[in-house]
Order: sequence, then structure tokens, then C-alpha cells
Amino acid sequence: MRHNPEEAQRHQKSESGIPAFEAPENPDFPFRLLSRMIHFVLLISRQGKVRLTKWYSPYSQKERTKVIRELGGVILSRGPKLCNFVDWRGFKVVYKRYASLYFCMCIDQDDNELEVLEIIHHFVEILDRYFGSVCELDLIFNFHKAYYILDELLLAGELQESSKKTVARLIAAQDSLVETAKEQASSISNIIAQATK
Amino acid sequence: MSGPSLMDSLFQRSLEDIIKGLRQQLIGEQAFISKALEEIRKEIKSTDLSTKSTALLKLSYLSNLHFHDMSFAAFHALEVLSSPRFSHKKIAYHAISLSFHDSTPVLLLITNHLRKDLNSTNEFEVSLSLQCLSRIANVDLARDLTPEVFALLSSNKLYLRKRAVAVVLRVFEKYPDSVRVCFKRLVENLENSDPQILSAVVGVFSELACKDPRSYLPLAPEFYKILVDSKNNWISIKVLKIFSKLAPLEPRLAKRVVEPICDLLRNTAAKSLLFECIRTVVTSLSEYESAVRLAVGKVREFLVDEDPNLKYLGLQALRIVAEKHLWAVSENKEVVIKSLSDADPNIKIESLRLVMAMVSEHNVSEISRVLVNYALKSDPVFCNEILGSILSTCSRNLYEIIVDFDWYVSLLGEMSRIPHCQMGEEIENQLIDIGLRVKDVRPELVRVARDLLIDPALLGNSFLHSVLSAAAWASGEYVEFSRNPLELMEALLQPRTSLLPSSIRAVYIQSAFKVLVFCLHTCFVQGGSIVPSASLNNLPAGVSASVSYESFDEISVENGADVTVVHGQTCASAPITKESIVNLLNLVELALGPLLGSHDVEVQERVRNLLGFVDLTKPEVLNSAVQEKDDSEGKGVETSKVIKLMHDAFSKELGPVSLSAQGKVSLPDGLVLKENLGDLEMVCGDLEPPSSNTFSFGSSYEEKDGLSFSNPQIKEDSEQTNESTSLLAEHRKRHGLYYLPSGKSELVSNDYPPANDPTLQGDIDDNADNLVKITAESLVPKRKPNHGKPRPVVVKLDEVDEKHVAMKKPESRDDSLSGAVRDVLFGCEDVPPTLSQSNLSNKLSSKRKGKEKQHTDPHVESKENVIDDGNSSLRRKDRSHGKERRHRSPRKKNVEERKETNQKEKEKSRRHHARHKSRQRAEEPLKVSAQTPVIPDFLL
Repeated sequence: MRHNPEEAQRHQKSESGIPAFEAPENPDFPFRLLSRMIHFVLLISRQGKVRLTKWYSPYSQKERTKVIRELGGVILSRGPKLCNFVDWRGFKVVYKRYASLYFCMCIDQDDNELEVLEIIHHFVEILDRYFGSVCELDLIFNFHKAYYILDELLLAGELQESSKKTVARLIAAQDSLVETAKEQASSISNIIAQATK
Repeated sequence: MSGPSLMDSLFQRSLEDIIKGLRQQLIGEQAFISKALEEIRKEIKSTDLSTKSTALLKLSYLSNLHFHDMSFAAFHALEVLSSPRFSHKKIAYHAISLSFHDSTPVLLLITNHLRKDLNSTNEFEVSLSLQCLSRIANVDLARDLTPEVFALLSSNKLYLRKRAVAVVLRVFEKYPDSVRVCFKRLVENLENSDPQILSAVVGVFSELACKDPRSYLPLAPEFYKILVDSKNNWISIKVLKIFSKLAPLEPRLAKRVVEPICDLLRNTAAKSLLFECIRTVVTSLSEYESAVRLAVGKVREFLVDEDPNLKYLGLQALRIVAEKHLWAVSENKEVVIKSLSDADPNIKIESLRLVMAMVSEHNVSEISRVLVNYALKSDPVFCNEILGSILSTCSRNLYEIIVDFDWYVSLLGEMSRIPHCQMGEEIENQLIDIGLRVKDVRPELVRVARDLLIDPALLGNSFLHSVLSAAAWASGEYVEFSRNPLELMEALLQPRTSLLPSSIRAVYIQSAFKVLVFCLHTCFVQGGSIVPSASLNNLPAGVSASVSYESFDEISVENGADVTVVHGQTCASAPITKESIVNLLNLVELALGPLLGSHDVEVQERVRNLLGFVDLTKPEVLNSAVQEKDDSEGKGVETSKVIKLMHDAFSKELGPVSLSAQGKVSLPDGLVLKENLGDLEMVCGDLEPPSSNTFSFGSSYEEKDGLSFSNPQIKEDSEQTNESTSLLAEHRKRHGLYYLPSGKSELVSNDYPPANDPTLQGDIDDNADNLVKITAESLVPKRKPNHGKPRPVVVKLDEVDEKHVAMKKPESRDDSLSGAVRDVLFGCEDVPPTLSQSNLSNKLSSKRKGKEKQHTDPHVESKENVIDDGNSSLRRKDRSHGKERRHRSPRKKNVEERKETNQKEKEKSRRHHARHKSRQRAEEPLKVSAQTPVIPDFLL
């Protein structure tokens, strides 16, 4: 998959630079289910490339690009040891950097920022578990899968599933459904059947 | 057909191919993408669903990360959706939730697909469908799929049930009538033992309670139970959010929850829960001193923490506390001040806001001193942030906290010299505003202005130009306080003024005109060279200011009997001799001569005025300069008259003007405005509310001028507050509530009735009193702003109106949603269950109106009807907002009465409601199985 050696090298570096995955989980804060109004989720690389977007409030395509441009500028320019919250147009954007990726979520002013940080961390841990020590390349090439995982985690902007194990199980079940369908589709007999239709 | 299809599916590029290809393009990315899009457009028309779905997937990728339009594929997405294969469905749902919006034309066609999948036996298909519904639901979809969602709310698959719970929030929002169907099941889920379900339900309620907390008060016992029993932090946070909304509405509830929350506060180790507890206490339980103390203790821990996040949140919590408990900020003063130099700009701004919260009239000068020093050291952005907050804090409520205006004016001067200062316009406004409002500060103002004007370096800084314009204006307008008008004149005419934009240059020239007139007047009319009389300047305020020092009484009385204030003190330290006047005239001619051909009309016109005046007076001046002793009777007097005339024209004092002043201009007789322009009402309806406010405080501008200023502190102010307080008292006596001042408004409102009030037009004169009452009534929701004070107050009013406009849309939705919830919870009998949305809201508003009738007097009612019938939508919005607020009290009373009825009665009424409900339900197509009376009782 990592066909580009230069790229692979670069990402190996970032892989080793994911300290947060080892960060101790707060023991008395079990990841259970929780609902929340998150307006959108953004994944932006350090170079400002967008890796994933999910909009829970209606935004037109134009607004989306504008939001990303604005927030990218604000967040990427912030130094490493500053707080993880940015006031933005009357909303609050909670962001956290993992390796070369910035995970950003936009919430209302009176929502709990620390909680959202936990959700972000939760998402990253699930990705990590699914891809096996996730790196930016995984997300680039499995764009849709990252998407499906996020969908299991958040629904209508609210956290749906707080157990990492359950999410993994759900995703695996759906993957197997997809796989069997694919096998069917690409089997020789199927192709012949189509060709001779 | 089969050939290309086979080729397509064999040689189609996959998503991965696209991604790889894109990554290899260093420059030709756009070209690559457009080629890929071209392929996709072809592939997506294929009859083979696999090919189609791959194309759709690629398209979603390009749309999501490269923002290409994918609306053309809407119908194809639907086609893929109909595939029996799960993988295709998944891709299709993904594409749909990414690209569909309310105006997508094929949205109508999706209903059946969604319904089919919602009823599917594959739980993942159901989940996909729910997910999609949560994203694209519009009114029709929400209405048509309510039965399916309702069924899923009690599904025995927990995975689906919790998803349905989350989606139900969207359905409620889009189609409030669904509340009647689904609400009971939702409430039932509150008692579910599964934490995941519980969390989803509590989440829904916390979102609902944000919009309209009052409707959910009846559920308080359930929430209380969850609060006490929950061991799950996520749920606790959500419940706390709900209570922070409910507690302010019901003091007994607050009393009840304060203990459990304090327990959580003491015992939890999770920072997010701790923070939520703190926030709940400081926002909603701030009257419980011990709880606040506890919370502030925890805030202090946050403040000293290494983690910048906690520090930031701690500061933020302090800011909320500061509104009611300033001591909390003062206790943590050191940390706050230290944070002003934090590395994080967000933390700096938070601490700046806190520092500003501590400002009072006793410490304003020290704090400003400290902050200005910080501003000198910091980066441009934060520097201006500091200056901006000083300016806005000090000017709040018409300079409420400023006692020593001399100090403040010199501070303004100092601030404008800070290198990064970009607040020129605000400083300009305040300098002029203070000049107009505060008579005593004028000598100091002129001094500050002079210092700014004579510094040629400042002219080069374009951010300062507006400050200079204010300085120029002040020095011209109040030149009589200047120690050395000649110097001022030189400053105003210095060559570097060519750097100014022409609009400000015009101000300079006009000021030069005033100064020149003043000099000539002192020299010739007041008689010869002036003896410096600076001592007058130091007389105590209130004594000297209103005493006009006039050496030329007769003419003053002749020309302008109503002018009471003419050049108060003359305090020129440099004597103005005739020689110096001649020099001055030459200087003017020299400096302004070239500007006669200026392309800017403003500049050109003023220069012509000034030079014309010079031409008029110069021969005489030269003449009298030569024969100094000769008291010329004939011509001299004529020139003096001209000078005198000009001087009088300039010496008439300017007062502050209310933004709504135009509204007070009386309508000339015979000008029929309303009849011909009746149609404009629709368009101009929005403009109405501000002007209707204006006539409630009186005194047209001329009147103001005519009054003599016995109390010179803040003249307009004191004058109007005196007036308003007496009127206020009068009205309180009459109506029991506190209304706006209206004595003069009667007079003014005769001239300027609200435009969209046709019934009142005829009998205005008889009904003036009623009108006043009505306007006062209509203003009740906005009673906060004090109309006694002209400018800032009106600005505040405008803000209120804007807010109403902004809130317009959500409000209408909330209204019907919360109305529906209330109906379910309180069991209102008069609303039949199957109403369309608009019908429902009409019903609600009419119901409300009905209630109103009992509480307000009939005049108001009729007026409201009139307005509601009219087309002015904003007005209506405003009003309904007001109504709602006003109704809080009766409804509350209702609630309390309810609670006081004893248990038996409740039981009875509950059963009655249940029976009634079932009768209503019979009409519905849906068979609702759950008829158990779950309407819970009130806590306590």
C-alpha cells in the first residue's frame, strides 16, 4: 500500500510520534454512550490537506471550503503547548493533534470542551485499533472506512457508541457483509454471466 | 450494451487508483480530477450496479475532500440505493448523506427506500437508514417516517433503539407533531437500565431543554433520579446540563439538586464532569453561597494547573462567576493578572476580560494604567484587544465608571499614541462624545487635542487620522479654552496636513475657520489685545461653567437671545495682537490658497468659505493695524458685525444627537405620508420598532438647547434622567409595573404615530394617553435600556432588534416544537392531535392570546391584533417574543398551582388525560399501544 517510499518514510516518522495512543485512559471515565451536538468533524493534515470531513449541520459546498480555510489557518498556526480550544464565529472548536493530523470538532459555546476532547481521543483509539497503529496514510487510502467508523461512533452529531470493543465488532460485521458481496461480484462466473447477459 | 459494460467493470479505476493517482500528481491535480470526473460521469450511467457504485464512491471522495459538486448524481445515488447488496447500499447512503439537502429535487423519491430499510431485518441496513434520515430529514420525510421511528423506539435490539432515540430529536425538530406520537416512548426509555439507551435519551432531552427548558420541568423527578443514581460520567454531564437549564426556573428544584451536585463536585476525579459541575453551579445555582465557594475552590485548582486547557476553562468559569460574585475574581487576582502574559492568546484574552470585569470607578485608573503598559509591550493583536476593552469598559453606560474625565481624556490621548493602536475610530467617537456631553472636561480636551495636533509625526500614521480629526474638531469647537489659539492655527495649517484624507482635511479647515473667527473676535470685538485670564479656568465646576464671561453683552443679547453659552472663559496665554492677526491672515492665505483648486468638493468649499471671510476682513484689519489708536466708527463697526455674526454662528453649542432623532421631527401639516406610501409598510415594517421606541422619550432637540445647564457634569444626561425618573415614578404609580417615561412622548407621539397602526390614526388626539400606554406596553420586553440617555441607549435598542431578527427562524420552529411537547406533558385538551404545523402554531398563538386577555388591558389586545393582521412580519416576531416572556409569569403560576393540588387530584386528572388522549388517538392512523399514564408528577 505504501508504494511511495518517501511517503512511507515520512509516515513512519509520524507513526512513532503518536504518543497519545499510549496515554493512560482516565480510569473513572469509562467511555460510555453519550449524545452531543457536534456541528462538524474535520481532519486536517499539518500541511493543511483535508483528510476527512463530516457535517452534521447543513452547510453548502461553498461554506464548507470557507470553514476549512478559516479554521485550517487558525488551528495550524497555533503553537504546540497552547490550549486546545478556539473561539470561532460564536462556536467553539476543540482540536487535538495526533502525529501529523489535527482532529477538530465544532461545538456550541456552552458545551463541555473536555468531553469533546475525550470523544476525539476515543475516535483516534478506535481508528488505531481498527487499522493497527493508524497513520495518516491509512486514512488517506481508506477514506470511506474511516467514515464508516465515524458513523458508528457519532450519529446526528451525538456520540452513539462508547465501547471500543463494540464499535470494532460492528465494523467487522459490516465489513464481512461487504466482503461477501464483493467476492460474489468479482467471481469469474459472475463476470461471465454479465458478459453473456 | 454488454460489451462496454463488461469493459467498464473490468477496467474501471477503483477509488484506490484515484487516490494513488492524485498523490502522484504534483502539479496537474486539477486536470487529473477533471479527467476522473469525466470517467465517473460515464460510469455512473452504467446499468451494472457494481460499476455504478464504484463510480459513486469515487465521486463522494472527490466531493468530500476536493469539494466538487456531486448534485448531478443524486438520481444515480437513489438507483444504487435500490440495490439488494449491502455494500452498494452503504456507498449510496454515504453519498446521499453527503450531498442531499432540503432542495434536492429527488428527495421525494427517497421516502420509500428509507421506509423499506427501516423495516429491514438486517440491523445494519436499518442503522444506515436512520443515519441518513438524521442527516437529510425534512418536514415531509419526518412526517412520513414517524411511524417507523416510533416502532424502533421500543425495538428490542438495543443497537437500533439507541440510534432511533438519537434520530428522534431531528424528527421532532422537523415535524413537531411527531412529539404527540413518540414522546411517551421517549420518556419510557428514561427508565431503561441500559446506560447506552439512557445516555442517548438524556442527550436528547438535554438538547431539547436547551431550546425550551420550561416544558421539561414535569420530568424533573426522573432526571433527579438519574442524577443521584448514575455512575456514568457521560450521563451525569448530560443531566447536569439539563438541570442547569431547569434550576433557574424553579427555586425548589434548585434547592433540591444543589446537594447532589456538590457531592459530585467534591468526589469526582474526572475533569470533564468536574468542569460541568462547576459550570452548573456558577451559572444556575449562584445564589447558594456554599456551593459557589466550593466551585470557586475547584476553579482555583484549574487555574494553577499545568494544563493550558484547564487554565483556560478555569478563567472562563471565573468570568461566569464574576457576574454575581466578584469576590471570586479578586481572590484569584494574581493568577488572572499573571495570565495576561501567557503564551496562549486565548488565555490572554480570557484573563483580559476578567480584569475588565474587576474594573470599578475606584480602580479604573490604576487598572487602565497597568493595561496600557501591557499594551505597549504586547503584539499588535493583543494590544488592540486591550485598548478595545478599555475603551468599551470605560464608555459603558455613558462613561458610568469614569469620575475624573480629565484623566480619561488624557488617557485617550495617550492610547492613540501607542504604536500598534488601531482603535482610532473608537477614540475619535469617544473624544467627540465626551466633548459634547461633559462640559467640564473641555479645557483638558482642548489641551489633549492640541498636543495631538502639533505633533507632525502623528500625521504620517493612517490609523490615527480619525483621532486627529476628532482633535481638530474639538480644538475648533472649543477654541475658547485654548491657551494659544495662534499656535493651534499653525498646527491646523501645517504643511504635513496634506497627508490627511480629504474628508479629515475638511475638518481641519473648518476648525481653522472657527479658530480664526475666535481670534478676530477676541481682538476686535472684545476690544484690543486680550489679557490672559487663565485663572478663571480653575474655578470650581458648576460655578464657572454656566457663567458666561461676556464683555460684549449688548450685541450678544441682540443677536441671539437664546444663546446662553458664549465663550465661557478666555484664557489665551499668548496675547493676540493686531500684528499677529495680520500674520494669521497671511498664513491662511498662504496655506490654503493652493487648495482652491482641490478636486474634493468638501475641501474646496470650506477653503472658499474661509478665504472669502479673510478677503472680507483683511482690508479692515490692515487698516486698523495701521491706525491703531484711531477708533473707527463707520467701517469698523461693520466688520465687527460680520465677525460677531460668524462668532455667534459658531458659538451655538452642539449637543449629542440620538440615533433616532429623525423620528422626532414633527410631521409638517398637509404632508400626507401614510396614505400614499401605505404599500411601503410591508417593506419598511422592519424599520418600525426602533422609531416606535424613540417617541417614548421626549424633548426635541431645540428644547434641549434652550435649557440652561445648571448642572454641568453630564448635561444631557442629568437633564433627561431627572425628567425620566419623575415620569417613571408617575407611571409606576399608575400601572404598577415600571414603564418607560412618557410625559413628553404624548406630545411627540401625536406627531409621529406608529406607521402600521391604521386604527389609531383617526383618533390620535383622544387616544394619546392610550397610545402611550400601548407603546409602553409594547416596550416592556425591552425595558432594560434606559431611554433617558440618548446615544448609547439607542444603540442598545438596535442590538435588541437585530437579535430578534436573528432569532426569527429558530423561534418559529421552537415555538411549535415546545408547544407540542407542552401539550403532551401538560395534556392540553384544546388542541386536536392531527394538525398541520402551521395550524398548530396558529392555534398556539391564539391560545396564548386568549391567556393574555386576562392579564393585559383591552387596548393592548386590540393593538396586538391589528399588528398581527398586518404584514409586518418582524413586528409580529418581536411581539410574539415579548408575549412569550410576559407569559412566563402566568404560566409559572399555573405550574405552581398544579403542584399544590394534592396527590389524589393529580391521579384523577392524569387518568382523565390518558382517557382523553386515547380518544384523540382513535382518529389517528397509527395504533399507539403505549397508553400508560407516564406523565410524571412534579418533583417535591
